Amino acid sequence: MSGNIDSGGRIHPGDPVVVDRYTPGARANHWVTAICLILLALSGLALFTPSLFFLTGLFGGGQTTRAIHPWIGVVLFLSFSGLFFRFWKLNLWKREDGEWIAHAGDLVAGHEERMPEVGKYNAGQKMVFWGMSLLIIVLIASGLTIWDEYFFAYTTIPTKRIAVLVHAISAVLIISVWIVHVYAAIWVRGTMGAMTKGQVTGGWAWRHHRKWLKDLVTADRQR
Amino acid sequence: MYPPLPNPGTGPSAPKFGEKDLVRRSASTVTPPAQRQTQVAKLIDVSKCIGCKACQSACQEWNDLREEVGTNDGTYNNAHDLTPASLTVMRFTEWDNPETGNLEWLIRKDGCMHCEDPGCLKSCPAPGAIVQYSNGIVDFDHTKCIGCGYCVKGCPFNIPRISKVDNKAYKCTLCSDRVAVGQGPACQKACPTQAIVFGPKDDMKKWADGRIADLKSRGYKTAGLYDPQGVGGTHVMYVLQHADKPEIYAGLPNNPRISPVVELWKGLTKYTGLAVMGAVAAFGFVHHMIAGPNKVSAEDEANASKLAGGKS
Amino acid sequence: MTEAKANHGAKLVVVDPRFTRSAALADYYCPIRPGTDIAFLGGVINYLLSNNKIHKDYVANYTNAAFIVREGFKFDPESGLFSGYNADKHSYDRSEWEYEIGPDGIAVLDREMTNPRSVMQLLKQHYSRYTPDLVSSVTGSPKDKFLKVCEYIASTANGERTATFMYALGWTQHTHGSQNIRTAAMIQLLLGNIGVPGGGINALRGHSNVQGYTDIGVMTHLIPGYLGMPNDKEVDFKTYLGNRNFKPLQPGQTSYWQNYNKFAVSFFKAMYGDKATPENGFGYDWFPKTERSYDHLAQFEDMHQGRINGYICQGYNPLWSTPNKNKVAEGLAKLKWLVSIDPLETETAKFWENHGEFNIAEPSKIKTEVFMLPVGCFAEEDGSLTNSNRAILWHEKGADMPGEAKGDAQVLAELFVRIRDLYKKDGGKAPDPILNTDWSYHDPKNPEAVELLKELNGRAISDLADATGKVTRPAGQQLSSFAELRDDGSTMAACWIYTGAYTSTGNITARRDNSDPSGKGVHPNWGFAWPANRRILYNRASADPQGKPWSQKKSYVYWDGAKWTGADVPDYGPTVAPDKNVGPFIMNPEGVSRLFARKFMAEGPFPEHYEPMESPLDNAFHAKTKNNPAVRMYKDDVAQLGTTKEFPFVGTTYRLTEHFHFWTKNVLINASLQPEQFVEISQELAKEKGITSGGWVRVWSKRGSIKAKAVVTKRIKPLMCGNTPVHVVGIPIHWGFVGVARKGFATNTLTPFVGDANSQAPEFKAFLVNIEPATGPVA
Repeated sequence: MSGNIDSGGRIHPGDPVVVDRYTPGARANHWVTAICLILLALSGLALFTPSLFFLTGLFGGGQTTRAIHPWIGVVLFLSFSGLFFRFWKLNLWKREDGEWIAHAGDLVAGHEERMPEVGKYNAGQKMVFWGMSLLIIVLIASGLTIWDEYFFAYTTIPTKRIAVLVHAISAVLIISVWIVHVYAAIWVRGTMGAMTKGQVTGGWAWRHHRKWLKDLVTADRQR
Repeated sequence: MYPPLPNPGTGPSAPKFGEKDLVRRSASTVTPPAQRQTQVAKLIDVSKCIGCKACQSACQEWNDLREEVGTNDGTYNNAHDLTPASLTVMRFTEWDNPETGNLEWLIRKDGCMHCEDPGCLKSCPAPGAIVQYSNGIVDFDHTKCIGCGYCVKGCPFNIPRISKVDNKAYKCTLCSDRVAVGQGPACQKACPTQAIVFGPKDDMKKWADGRIADLKSRGYKTAGLYDPQGVGGTHVMYVLQHADKPEIYAGLPNNPRISPVVELWKGLTKYTGLAVMGAVAAFGFVHHMIAGPNKVSAEDEANASKLAGGKS
Repeated sequence: MTEAKANHGAKLVVVDPRFTRSAALADYYCPIRPGTDIAFLGGVINYLLSNNKIHKDYVANYTNAAFIVREGFKFDPESGLFSGYNADKHSYDRSEWEYEIGPDGIAVLDREMTNPRSVMQLLKQHYSRYTPDLVSSVTGSPKDKFLKVCEYIASTANGERTATFMYALGWTQHTHGSQNIRTAAMIQLLLGNIGVPGGGINALRGHSNVQGYTDIGVMTHLIPGYLGMPNDKEVDFKTYLGNRNFKPLQPGQTSYWQNYNKFAVSFFKAMYGDKATPENGFGYDWFPKTERSYDHLAQFEDMHQGRINGYICQGYNPLWSTPNKNKVAEGLAKLKWLVSIDPLETETAKFWENHGEFNIAEPSKIKTEVFMLPVGCFAEEDGSLTNSNRAILWHEKGADMPGEAKGDAQVLAELFVRIRDLYKKDGGKAPDPILNTDWSYHDPKNPEAVELLKELNGRAISDLADATGKVTRPAGQQLSSFAELRDDGSTMAACWIYTGAYTSTGNITARRDNSDPSGKGVHPNWGFAWPANRRILYNRASADPQGKPWSQKKSYVYWDGAKWTGADVPDYGPTVAPDKNVGPFIMNPEGVSRLFARKFMAEGPFPEHYEPMESPLDNAFHAKTKNNPAVRMYKDDVAQLGTTKEFPFVGTTYRLTEHFHFWTKNVLINASLQPEQFVEISQELAKEKGITSGGWVRVWSKRGSIKAKAVVTKRIKPLMCGNTPVHVVGIPIHWGFVGVARKGFATNTLTPFVGDANSQAPEFKAFLVNIEPATGPVA
């Protein structure tokens, strides 16, 4: 198996060619994480700024929002850990990723043909992955520090003050990363199918992840 | 003796201040009242305090709270710390005065200081859960408290405590319910030595001047008033025998202020954070408008088909 | 106190083995070894006399300093004994401790006070031994601190400034407790601080109504109004009165006890009503007579010897408050029945319950039948409280009693009525005292508090007329003053000093006018202060012999040319001119106060330093007599005294402001403020014994053992007595096996069964213990 593919990838001939991108397990895992993240963002933002406090209404009021937010965080952490172990290998940095970054401007400007061929994930996706991973670790750590219901006694108030600041900044960042992630999925048409049906078209793969497609084809032939 | 407040009548009386007198309201804005109430203050004269804990007892009685029967930890501090049931505690410190060689037993009544610039209120995310009246009293509204503990982090004096029972924040209210009908706080009423006096803040400062002069005449050269300006002054003030070293009184902060971390969190972070998230979202929106969707072309499909087709 | 400091610039000096919460507010603190107060105060007397810091005019005119003492009176500094000691009886023949009386029956004086037999010279001689060095080595008070305290006290030896002494059980609970207080009184007399505003010796009472308790004579040697309990030798009323009717020892003196007959007859009229007649000595024969003391120690000794069948505890928890808890428990187990009349379940009422280490008992082996009769608390009844300044304040019931509780008076009245009914029905031995007792209350089974106060105050039984025959008080009317009392049976008053408390105008004790016309803090219309609404006793002494105030600032009661006037009711004949030379101390036959106590104290007319019965040190004043020679100890208890070798540390018990005795451990809030039993020791002792603050320790004496948490503190320091460090173990008393606080031990487990030679107040303030780290108790 080449370094650009994982197990489960299959190519289904036809018109168009259909390529398996995510297994049902991976998709379920993703959506659990995604829902958690959205709930966390909503509940977190409610506590972050008075202008969004009304969002606590979604959770049944301030007390429940406060109570439920950290528990969702725990679920997210566990769920994301699943994603991490599924995806981390193919998100390792490669030589072409630097080149891809260098041409990021072209991508935004609509000249994807000028981009280098990439594997299952391009450098942008990898940055989202690693950014999310890092931020979630920071968020869970800082979150536990300020989860006073259970952990008040373990740290000092000055530490908690720093934790709450770090938690807020990390949350802003992860929400920003999340927006990028969602936008990319919307902007790059044909992407959504990867996380809904688990499949993309061959053309999508050719256009955005050609190396991955080629490696899949090679692997298919060897089979 | 500071003239005690007369006992109230037995009939009902309308509160002298309320919602209309708010000058600050957590996580929301208020229209400042046209007329400010007289600024009040509780003055705790540490040099007159005998540490009898009558104030702790009165506080429990008036607020209908009951502290648990704890243990002895090798000191006279019971409860050992502020709790949701002990909104005030005596903190006993045995201090050897290096100048005189004499032992001094410093007994400080700890509790909410009712800052003019309250860090708890600044930190609170729940609209109206913490309010400040124009007379200076900082009060918690438990119907609105969400129990997040941000007030604990915002407070420069480490005062609020979250109840394990109802997950709400508790601290001294300066007996706002009593003050509202013209009474002093329960602790002040119970104090047998007038170590606690209550009244207009200006009067309290004048009263403190007299006490400080007395202390100076008895050799306490650095006696003074604790009304820290870092938090805009407080509505609970201390007369200290050694006002130059408040920290010897069981860690009373020297020049307290709202932590810069909290200021950063509740200030720059909030606004910048919203801006960043907004900007990122806006960028995507604008980009999509300009660049349009990134679509797979028929050519791409053909290329893929060709690549895949090679296998069959 | 804090007000005096804040408003009048008063200086507060605290002398205490512990650095107390009062010390925290003091201008000056001096430590002292428990049980050495007489050494300290004697040192102060020496300082005042040898530095001429006395109020000379006051001392010369208002004390007995000028009186000449009989040749037979001696003190031997070598043996530490006064003349007349009987070593077998542990008591003195006090007949020689008296003034030289002239052939006219009048005491001999030397106004110059230079006669070597004058009280002044004897006093100087006696206390010259109390040098600062010796005082310091005995008391452990550093010499410089002791001298500084002397300076503070001496600064009031004039008419301008006044000192007051405040004490509590820290002075009384010693084998020489009464003499501790006397020594302070002597200092106050030397300074001229008695009978003047701001002066005096102030007892800080442990109960809100202890003053009332003694006033009403609820002590075994007293009947109400400080009249004496008759004894076996006083076979008839005449003999009884004759022993108590003090004739003046100086010409023209008031000697107010000359009126004893009137007070006593009025008391017996209150006691037996119509049955008391001049012919039957007003019922004197029905009244109990004692042949010896029946103080609480004597009672529990009797109980322990099996000589008592039944015992009634009313508001009394002896298992927790009488010395040597184990002895008390053994005694209670020998009773046939025990009654506890109390608002609370007391440890005493449950002495038979096993509570593990806290109270080891075998209920199956205890045959005592226990009755608990629940009563209300003071706030649940109408009644009065008498403050230690003798102010009687009436209060109304604030709440209903819970459950089946009844008022204390109701419980006693029901008992009385039932017993009387049994005597009526069945007869029995000596029924007269019961059957003849006047019980004419509105409801005999439930006398109202007001009725009782009226009875204490007294009323005219028949019309009272003055010398001209004019009726001044019609029959049946309440009296206004004890001056109206008669010895012919025409008046009744159960407690003559309370006359004036409930007059024909109503309940004077219920007055709540807090105005202060003189501005001197007198508040004459606030309640009623006995006697005669006087707020300061002997207030004639606030003016000089010519009747002028000693100083304008301290002006209080003075002669205006025709009468005595001022801020208070004069404690003196209102029109007796100063040139009549009537002394201000009108209760004393000599008209002056006593630096020399004559025969009235068991262990000597001058207080002398004796060590506590258990003390780590020898008596540095006289090795031959270590302890109070007039102390009464029972045989078994002597064997239970510990030695310094076994018990090297000094234990002292005390209360905390968070609690009231053993009551408030039943109250959740108080329990939360001081939840758990502890003892306090110095950092030095903790280090020596390996004790950590907050850890468990065991403290034990020859008599028993307790466990408690340790509070290791800088506030207790080893006292350097000469070269010997003395460690003090401070033992607060408030916990028990009943209540909502954490369970605790009886601290009287540790204390010796011995009391003050005069009052029998137990020696709770100085005894020997040992201490070691321990594990927590098992309940």
